[in-house]
Amino acid sequence: MEQVEKKVDVKAGKNDISDETMEYVGILAKLELSKEEKAAAKKDMEKMLDYIDTLNELDTSGIEPMSHVFAMDNVFREDIVEDVDGGEDTLANAPERRERAFVVPKTVDQ
Amino acid sequence: MSKEYETVIGLEVHVELATKTKIFCSCSTAFGSAPNTHTCPVCTGMPGSLPVLNKKVVEYAMAVGVATNCQINQYSKFDRKNYFYPDNPQNYQISQLYLPICHDGGIEIETEMGSKTIGIHEIHMEEDAGKLVHDDWEEVSLVDYNRSGVPLIEIVSEPDMRSAEEVIAYLDKLRMIIQYLGASDCKMQEGSMRADVNLSVREKGAAEFGTRTEMKNIGSFKAIARAIEAETARQIDLLASGEKVVQETRRWNDEEGYSYAMRSKEDAQDYRYFPEPDLVPIIISDEWLQEIRDKQPELRDEKMKRYVEEFDLPKYDAKILTSVKKLADLFEETTALCGKPKKVSNWLMGETMRLLKEHEMDAEDISFSPTNLAKIIAFTEDGTINGTVAKEVFEQVFIKDIDVAKYIEEHGLKTVHDEGALRETVAKVIAENPKSVEDYRNGKEKAIGFLVGQTMKAMKGKANPGMVNKILKEML
Amino acid sequence: MNLLSLTAVELGKKIKAGEVATEEAVRASLAAIEAKEPQVNGFVTVDGEYALKRAAEVQKQIDDGTLTGPLAGVPVAVKDNLCTKGLLTTCSSKILHNFIPTYTAEAVRNLEKAGAVVVGKTNMDEFAMGSTTETSAYGVTRNPWNTAHVPGGSSGGSCAAVAAEEVSYALGSDTGGSIRQPSSFCGVTGIKPTYGTVSRYGLIAYGSSLDQIGPVAKDVTDCAAILEIISSHDKKDSTSIKREDTDFTAALVDDVKGMKIGIPKDYLGSGLDDEVKQAVFKAAKVLEEKGAMVEEFDLSLAEYAIPAYYVIAAAEASSNLERFDGVKYGYRAKDYEGLHDMYKKSRSQGFGAEVKRRIMLGSFVLSSGYYDAYYLKALRTKALIKQAFDKAFAKYDVILGPVAPTTAPKLGESLCDPLKMYLGDIYTVSVNLAGLPGISFPCGLDSRGLPVGLQLIGDCFQEKKIIRAAFSYEQTRPYHHSPLAEV
Repeated sequence: MEQVEKKVDVKAGKNDISDETMEYVGILAKLELSKEEKAAAKKDMEKMLDYIDTLNELDTSGIEPMSHVFAMDNVFREDIVEDVDGGEDTLANAPERRERAFVVPKTVDQ
Repeated sequence: MSKEYETVIGLEVHVELATKTKIFCSCSTAFGSAPNTHTCPVCTGMPGSLPVLNKKVVEYAMAVGVATNCQINQYSKFDRKNYFYPDNPQNYQISQLYLPICHDGGIEIETEMGSKTIGIHEIHMEEDAGKLVHDDWEEVSLVDYNRSGVPLIEIVSEPDMRSAEEVIAYLDKLRMIIQYLGASDCKMQEGSMRADVNLSVREKGAAEFGTRTEMKNIGSFKAIARAIEAETARQIDLLASGEKVVQETRRWNDEEGYSYAMRSKEDAQDYRYFPEPDLVPIIISDEWLQEIRDKQPELRDEKMKRYVEEFDLPKYDAKILTSVKKLADLFEETTALCGKPKKVSNWLMGETMRLLKEHEMDAEDISFSPTNLAKIIAFTEDGTINGTVAKEVFEQVFIKDIDVAKYIEEHGLKTVHDEGALRETVAKVIAENPKSVEDYRNGKEKAIGFLVGQTMKAMKGKANPGMVNKILKEML
Repeated sequence: MNLLSLTAVELGKKIKAGEVATEEAVRASLAAIEAKEPQVNGFVTVDGEYALKRAAEVQKQIDDGTLTGPLAGVPVAVKDNLCTKGLLTTCSSKILHNFIPTYTAEAVRNLEKAGAVVVGKTNMDEFAMGSTTETSAYGVTRNPWNTAHVPGGSSGGSCAAVAAEEVSYALGSDTGGSIRQPSSFCGVTGIKPTYGTVSRYGLIAYGSSLDQIGPVAKDVTDCAAILEIISSHDKKDSTSIKREDTDFTAALVDDVKGMKIGIPKDYLGSGLDDEVKQAVFKAAKVLEEKGAMVEEFDLSLAEYAIPAYYVIAAAEASSNLERFDGVKYGYRAKDYEGLHDMYKKSRSQGFGAEVKRRIMLGSFVLSSGYYDAYYLKALRTKALIKQAFDKAFAKYDVILGPVAPTTAPKLGESLCDPLKMYLGDIYTVSVNLAGLPGISFPCGLDSRGLPVGLQLIGDCFQEKKIIRAAFSYEQTRPYHHSPLAEV
């Protein structure tokens, strides 16, 4: 799998994001930006990353990353069927449907 | 002189767990409904819906981990794996990357080369995707989310296998363990067990692994063996001609017998995993883990040993009977009813196997009740029916699980013990077969077999063969 | 009598006493909406027919004694990121321009069970990403105090609708200040509860680990009553917390004697508008005079909260918003070639600029090679911020400070420099990172006549302390109706 090179020059103190990186992130996020949008987004992102880089001033060594604020655990559901037929509700908002299925452009691999 | 190569294989096995509901919502996991009926906002990725973990999934995963000698992570978490595909309604799959529930286990396999341990790197829990059906006429695919959110465990092996034979032995062993646990039916043809094959080749004796490829979702043991052979040959060809193997995902086409690369510019394979914020960690206490250990059922190896010791069965019988959990269950239940283990074993290994083959069925598909088999054995033992009739009745039991006593009654299949009636028939047979009678009297012992047969035929099979023999000898 | 100049609880009392019919209250709300929407644009959807039908049902239940709560029959507006069965829910985005949920958010269900009548869905920054309610695909919402100014965001529609007295109260959501900041800009009261107090089921997620739903109303009493109703332990939300102490109205006590209040020096530095600063100090003085012990202290790390917040929120958002792809609901592009083109076109046409910006940032910080440097670093910073608050709350009952560095900026001033806009969240985002409760309520007007808000932050599960302090302060200052409310 070819991966587009991502380049961020942190040493200069200024983040410099390549066009390829923007292209690559666009593929990940499924966003297609126009030329102008891309240029603006690139500038924004560089600015944001410069700002985010201020976090590097902070010594976080030995600190566990905290994803949940509270020490919650073991929230479970019993294995009991509750929902009956999803019926029309599932398809009620479908942009395109055929009978009981959603329709999408063909997904077969090239 | 040509170089010698070695194949290195690791497997990622996905197993659909036998829960009644999906992993993160209360929708049914039942098969065979109209598209998008076992669905709700959660398993169709509706905005604002949230997942809640099915406890049974954790317990099944732990049970499989314990049975495959894994360490259980007593602190485990879910992560999101992000990728766009229409069978994945949220466009991320909830899976486990950083702290999977089980790790560092292994199981022993037996091949002609002897026994060997295949390491298990980890087992993690995740959700299954929906189903895509491709339209033959139009450039569209149809999406059904009935399977979306069905719980899976993914069992990731170490790259410890060196041949298709070892791979099959490993898969077979894994399947057996999981079936015995009741965690899944592991039917490859129905997709409840699926394997991705990671394969590389290297020169024999090399310390480093070669570049590997991954073949996804191969549908049967036989196809896996064929895919492994073909991919091994392909990679050796490349290396032998000085080319390089490209690390990639390939799809195996079993009908055509070749694999092809699944390449797409849009497929960046950068899943951007991060901890799932909508779910909280799973903490497994020592007590909970012990409870799971205590509940572990007897697995195949122990069962085989016990059948030999407790029921005095030949090793061969024990091996066949435990090869499918369904068969072992039938054996034990029927034996408990009739108390004749060897007879039960004979029925299962003989007639049952013959009929399975004739009807192209798997042992898992057996539907008759142990009660009926026990009755047939009892009726044969007490002489109510003879062996030939028993087989006829059993076939009906096998097909329709009919009520044995009623069937025998209704079809008048009881063995005739009335000596008077028998003598009459025998006299008639003697009168009609002077040649055989003469042969017998002239010392041709075998001729009596023909006469017994004729008598049985005249009695429509319902006579007691021992009795016929006795009366014939007397009258001759 | 203008029914909508009453607080929600006052109106509820009149309805309960039979002095006002539910239908009358709902009609008053619908009339106010019709009159004021051309200037405010606080709503994306108003469904009068549905509201009147509901009003009749609710009235029946009030009459037969099945509905006895304080807010039965009172009209409410709901932020448009809360799913409402049968009622268009857009998140102020084109990508959900036609989405009609088949289920109702748990918080709204709780309200409806208590007899609330939903009259419509309020405008917001698209997917709650913004601080001005200018990123909505359905037009900007204007501040009822001065329509040349923004109402704040992202719950700008909810806050403006309450301030303009189009409804009695509203629900908002707060990921980085989205209830508190617009409450401050619009001169109303809003609470962001402790994470896990209100179920997130049915709230269209922005940053799942930060999002909380909360009330917006005229005063602290209303907010306490609403929060009491919407708080619940919901089995459908794994992060929902079982709490026994959600009788928040019990904390409506005018007494701060002995209460220890800390003002973080970090919140008073450069960037804070002087008029806002003076208003905050004045409010602190009031509490001190009522017997609270007030002192300044070093909270530390305040400047790191914003970068940490934007990394975490953008990362989660990039994943949460993947489901908007044109397959199951919402906008699908008209012309495309193949699956991936359909995804890209639908999403690029369906999302606005700010949403795309954050999705790009979020996808980048999670991409291979950057996860540790950005995402984990932010989660570690979050842990440090939580520690700093833990330390503070070992010493103080309540933390007091401004909600935002300034009062409401003019329309169009903020979006041209996103980073500057993000800096406006400096006093609010750390509360979300640490999962704490916070309340914003009016404490004065600046020289331009725009409201200034005061923020009180409590330790986890200590809503009652901030409610008590805010209620005590409120007794010293009457509610100021916005100019548009008088219309």
